[in-house]
Amino acid sequence: MGKTMAEKVLAAHSGSDCYAGEIVVASVDFCMSQDGTSTMMIRELENLGFEHPKTSRGMALVLDHNAPCPSAEVANVHLRIRTFARDKRIPIHETGSGVCHQVVPESGKVLPGDLAVGADSHTCTYGALNACSTGLGSADVAAAAYTGKLWFRVPETYSIRAEGVLPERVGAKDLMLKVIGRLTADGATYKSVEFSGDSIDSMSMDGRFTMANMAVEMGAKFCPFGFDSRTSSWLTERGLPPGAPMSSDTDADCEKRFEFDASDLVPLVARPHSVDRVCDASSLKGTKIQQAFLGTCTNGRLSDLEAAARLMKGRSVSSGVRLIVAPASRTVLVDAIESGVACQLIRAGAVLVAPGCGPCVGTHAGIPSDGENVVSTANRNFKGRMGNNRDVGIYLASPETVAASAITGEITDPREV
Amino acid sequence: MRFSGCAHRFSPNDDINTDYIISGRYKFKIDDMNELAKHVMEDIDPDFSAKVKKGDIIVAGRNFGCGSSREQAPRALRAAGVSAVVAQSYARIFYRSSFNIGLPLIECDTDSIRAGDEITVDLDAGLVIDKATGESTSIKPIPRTMQILLEDGGLIQHLKKRGDFALRQGDTELMN
Repeated sequence: MGKTMAEKVLAAHSGSDCYAGEIVVASVDFCMSQDGTSTMMIRELENLGFEHPKTSRGMALVLDHNAPCPSAEVANVHLRIRTFARDKRIPIHETGSGVCHQVVPESGKVLPGDLAVGADSHTCTYGALNACSTGLGSADVAAAAYTGKLWFRVPETYSIRAEGVLPERVGAKDLMLKVIGRLTADGATYKSVEFSGDSIDSMSMDGRFTMANMAVEMGAKFCPFGFDSRTSSWLTERGLPPGAPMSSDTDADCEKRFEFDASDLVPLVARPHSVDRVCDASSLKGTKIQQAFLGTCTNGRLSDLEAAARLMKGRSVSSGVRLIVAPASRTVLVDAIESGVACQLIRAGAVLVAPGCGPCVGTHAGIPSDGENVVSTANRNFKGRMGNNRDVGIYLASPETVAASAITGEITDPREV
Repeated sequence: MRFSGCAHRFSPNDDINTDYIISGRYKFKIDDMNELAKHVMEDIDPDFSAKVKKGDIIVAGRNFGCGSSREQAPRALRAAGVSAVVAQSYARIFYRSSFNIGLPLIECDTDSIRAGDEITVDLDAGLVIDKATGESTSIKPIPRTMQILLEDGGLIQHLKKRGDFALRQGDTELMN
């Protein structure tokens, strides 16, 4: 019987002819941890007597959730991580490098066919690169770093086909919100999700990163995309090797199949406080916002900033609204400066903050006031997520919808500005 | 293994995410789990840390522990005295992490359990017994892999004790 991408990657990494449902111990290519999860991992590694990572492509530590540091307490957490990185010679991506899920792919540490883990739930993002990657707790990542392997249950696969050309000002984020709205917040728990169809074939790598990033919001474990000329170009442009490209066999066993028509998709929004409370952006007309946030590992890439800047051309942020922009990485920031996109956004009234997670996780650089509404390109809208749980509503949307809403001061369908 | 304690329930019942279990407002700056335990469940029940007693059991609906991978969530629950969680289903990362750090997660129908009921989880009998109502509910067997990790005192202890992963490759297990 044929194999899914998850079955292929776990078979190749465990030396067994495994299928969904089986427990395997598989070699792990790469592992990473960020500043909110590293200290627990470090304690476990010290407990184990760790000297160096046994994962084939090593590991990385990323300071992104609180960078630059908002307090002395967090600064000391960073110090502990830095000291560990120096002592064990682990590469560390310092303050300002960007969000781990943009920094890691840019670093070339995860390649097609890889198995990667990270102490951050959105580690599934690397699926866009034709890899199997997943978020885990700190103890699991410590075990992977220490032994170079980890146990996995081979996941069943859901196949999701999206056909049709995405309409103007409708993008990957809208398609993913549509999918999550239908499958719900636990609709793909423990599954590997494989997207296919001509909407995916014609989608940019940035769009695929957006979709893979949000797979965990419906509970998924992996979200491997196929390998094609776009994957290949993305790697070549960065001077990276092609890895071991893989694809799903046509006779592979998929537990469920879903189909979506992308050609009639409209801009969508997930309402507070759950990602699956999805509705048309136009239905929220009149919902006032006080803050708009463009960034994160979901939508903080250059094409996201470009899309927002295009829409804001000749317009400015509405009075009474703060538009905060956090590029996903230093590379994205430099590209946005050199291409003029950063300047366009700043001239329109945006506040540019350091590459990193900040506002999305409520650590600093954009905590909303009591009773405010925020429209955000992030992946989570849990109550209190942005650092204030007192009657703050977070609405998740595409960069275009966030930009349109920043202009009008209320949630706005970007096709109407 | 048996655990007995008072049942705590929350609103919402489903999709209780790890941000609700321990907010980012605390988890990034506090590294001491006993300190973090003072803020556990605060966003959905501000009085929880004051009323939870050692051995108490959290009872919830579907998809408990969804969202962020923060291992502070199961660790802070355990530090607060919680002996087990009983829910209809769990999110994947929280599920692994809880067993990794020694917090047992029980899957069963939880509709009949009321907040404040004294309940006993009897893993050997495969039952959750509600002393207040006298009702017993069958639990889904804990997968063998998770049982091994739990018996060894968590994932890191498992590795220290056995020198490697001592799990049965090729076993087929149902989780969630």
